[in-house]
Amino acid sequence: MEKKLPKIEIIEKYCKGCHICVEFCPTKVLEMKGFYATVKNLEACIKCMQCELRCPDFAIKVITE
Amino acid sequence: MAFDYDKYIRPGKLPHIWCPGCGHGIVMKGLIRAMDTLGLKKENTAIVSGIGCASRLPGYIDCCTLHTAHGRAAAFATGVKLAKPEMNVILCGGDGDGTAIGGNHFIHACRRNIDMTYIIMNNYIYGMTGGQFSPATPTGHKASTTPYGNPDPCFDIAKLAIGAGATFVARGTAFHANQIDKLIVEAIQHKGFSVVEILDDCPTTYGRRNKYKSVIEMMNRLKEVAVPVKAAEKMTAEQLQGKILTGVLYKEEKPEYTAEYAKVIERAQAK
Repeated sequence: MEKKLPKIEIIEKYCKGCHICVEFCPTKVLEMKGFYATVKNLEACIKCMQCELRCPDFAIKVITE
Repeated sequence: MAFDYDKYIRPGKLPHIWCPGCGHGIVMKGLIRAMDTLGLKKENTAIVSGIGCASRLPGYIDCCTLHTAHGRAAAFATGVKLAKPEMNVILCGGDGDGTAIGGNHFIHACRRNIDMTYIIMNNYIYGMTGGQFSPATPTGHKASTTPYGNPDPCFDIAKLAIGAGATFVARGTAFHANQIDKLIVEAIQHKGFSVVEILDDCPTTYGRRNKYKSVIEMMNRLKEVAVPVKAAEKMTAEQLQGKILTGVLYKEEKPEYTAEYAKVIERAQAK
């Protein structure tokens, strides 16, 4: 069965580049690209929502069906 | 589905003013999730704060809010609650605002056991005013006013609250983000004065002076020192050295102040 991938939305206007989401993602889905966080490896996402919970700046939304 | 924080935030207020990596944003998200879980109505919820970084929080949340004088959040909130006992009153503030400048108001609000919830974001320092040491700054740590190390012993805010008579005391950390809303929900549901201390990080004025290389190092420290109360029961005193207990630390039922005050009014009017 094909795995349904979530959509990870990063609002660059809100992101302050603190690295929290990148460091604490258990499967290393995110990376820093310049000042902002970006999605590097969406296939590895297990939808644990830790990045969304820990983002202090309301910049990440993990949208699952 | 992603949680919709936007419906609880005043339009156009984001991005907020807190520094990159500051845990106050994580606590605010926890509070919003707790409000959503309990279904608190905007017109029936008052968030009161004093002055400081943490006290900027009510400015972002779309409900009844009150931004008051430094350390006086508990005094103003007591007024709100006595005038409108049906309101859910939540207080926010930092360690300096709550336990130094507002220390007197804090202990007496605890003593009265008035039905409010005080969320203390403890980042060990006065962040907004330039990094002066607060009563929560650990001994030996540096601040702008103690460049050679702080000689004072620090407050354990949870123990202070229990000693002063608060009937619900819990502690969480900004790292354990999904625990924050659960603690706040329990605190709001409790009838009486509830204190939730959230250990936070201040990378700008505290971390920088105390050899924390990054926000991640500060977050990892919170992860390492936090021990849940249940796990601590099985640990020896030696293992608990330097650890901080998290979870619900104290809970008891006592007469609540607004209910008791209503009885006083009744007695006075009966004569």
